[in-house]
Amino acid sequence: MTRTLRALPTLLRIGLAEAIAYRAEMLVWVLSTTMPFVMWVMWNAVSQAAPVVGQSGKAYGAGAFGAYFLSIFMVRQIVASWASWEMNFEVRQGTLAMRLLRPIHPIISYAMGHVAALPLRFFIAAPCAVALVLTSSDTLPKDWRIWALWVPCMVGAWLVAFLSNIAVGTLCFFMESSLKVMEVWLVCLMVFSGYLIPLDLFPPVLRAVADVLPFRYQIGLPVEVMTGHYTVAEAARLIGIQWAWAFALLVIALASWRAGVKRFQAFGG
Amino acid sequence: MISVRGLKKHYRVHKRPPGLKAALKSLFKREYTTVPAVDGIDFEIKPGERVGFLGPNGAGKTTTLKVLAGLLYPSEGEVRVDGHVPQKRDVEFLKKIMLVMGQKQQLLWDLPPADTFELNRAIYDVPKDEMKKRVDSLIELLQIGDVVNKPTRQLSLGERMKCELAAALVHGPKVLFLDEPTIGLDVSMQVVMRDFIRTYNQQFGATLILTSHYMDDVAALCPRVIVIDKGRLSYDGGLAELVQRVRPEKRVAFRLSAPVPLAQLEPLGKVVKNDAAEAVLQVPMDQVNAVVGKALASLPVKDLTVENPPLEEVMSELFSRSRAAEGKAA
Repeated sequence: MTRTLRALPTLLRIGLAEAIAYRAEMLVWVLSTTMPFVMWVMWNAVSQAAPVVGQSGKAYGAGAFGAYFLSIFMVRQIVASWASWEMNFEVRQGTLAMRLLRPIHPIISYAMGHVAALPLRFFIAAPCAVALVLTSSDTLPKDWRIWALWVPCMVGAWLVAFLSNIAVGTLCFFMESSLKVMEVWLVCLMVFSGYLIPLDLFPPVLRAVADVLPFRYQIGLPVEVMTGHYTVAEAARLIGIQWAWAFALLVIALASWRAGVKRFQAFGG
Repeated sequence: MISVRGLKKHYRVHKRPPGLKAALKSLFKREYTTVPAVDGIDFEIKPGERVGFLGPNGAGKTTTLKVLAGLLYPSEGEVRVDGHVPQKRDVEFLKKIMLVMGQKQQLLWDLPPADTFELNRAIYDVPKDEMKKRVDSLIELLQIGDVVNKPTRQLSLGERMKCELAAALVHGPKVLFLDEPTIGLDVSMQVVMRDFIRTYNQQFGATLILTSHYMDDVAALCPRVIVIDKGRLSYDGGLAELVQRVRPEKRVAFRLSAPVPLAQLEPLGKVVKNDAAEAVLQVPMDQVNAVVGKALASLPVKDLTVENPPLEEVMSELFSRSRAAEGKAA
């Protein structure tokens, strides 16, 4: 563990250098994640046609939708994970072998690659943060304790995103490819995380389903916390559930990894 | 250093004939077959030895190497490398070994090799001053000073392979598994790689296991060879002894000052080549002296050499015999 901690600064520095090498691709990827702005325009139009009131009683107008979808875009940029695609590629090509030969757990090295890319992602999310503050400051929480809770909430969201990617990615040890499973996971994420529709606007039955799935804890919860949906106590309780999900996904990911790596055939010479 | 007992590695493979009908049938009912890639081999390798794994394609050489490196789990058998069970992938084990695969790479594609060296230094926890000395020595031995700061994707294959080897050695492994390290390299680069590997073994006492289809690699680097065919060990011993056992003959090459008719050469031995400048005969070992004497007395010989038959031919004959024996047994 000490040795891994000593290696972290170098891992992060090299990871950042790699991420910067992919800056053009990253900008293209960002363009492909602009659905929140499309949804913002759509919901804006809906709220102008008729009042939109959530299950909590909160009224959603242009300002509320603006704050919500700007936050969605920001959070999505920061918690994004691509570990499943990396893993599938490396298992199919046999190049996972090179990670397995190093005395650092591959899951940690995948994680460091993600963490190293965060500065670039913060850079992309920053304009939205500025826009959020300038246009929707009245919807943002005034209680500093909410913002103090928002930090571990974002860390928890990142863990849920990363570990769910790892867990789904490890399925490629057991099947030809788990990319289609990841696509199904993403569809569920789009719907049940609040990415397309605020969960507060869901019918009660669907809301109940969303509450027991991990997806809302990846995107929806940090957005709801930062747009003032909860009291300190409520936010703390939900963040507790979020971290419980992160822990459960860690256990599942590690168990699946251990079982799966025994089946790895290290294709190719 | 390395101990292998009863090693087996069997793969369960989905078997499907070509065609749409077979593809549709396999959606509902799959047939599997078991492929015994390694089917019960035993050997021991001492510290500092250089050993070649030889065998035809699909023999089980690379599979064995990957089991020794901890990448694959054996189906049966016991494997130890310097006291470690490779599949546990202990940190101490991983710090002692490295597997270099000619067709895979660990160099970061978009960054210079120097960054990969630094990454490996951090991961393997090599002290910075020790790292500097080692990298400087590697750069000098492999002559890669001009290329270590260029992105890997801009390097030629030969440059990349040399940097790959350097990256593999940054942490000073005691056991080096080399899987076709000279594949795709030109002749001069192959010589550079072989010289470097031999020097590394001699300087640091590293144990070396090499697989290669280039017999020149084996001849230059491996006094001992282990021949694997169809997952079974068919020979384990000195390379020179293997050549004597399979082809107990010598090649005698005569450089001639004038052409010699075939009829004059045939009584001396099996004629492998006969042109205006040179004649090559294959002669049983115990008859070499007599044949050389007769040739010097009766042929216009300017110069002569006596060599072992090419290793490629020896291996080819070994594998043919093995196939023939299998065919008979079946």
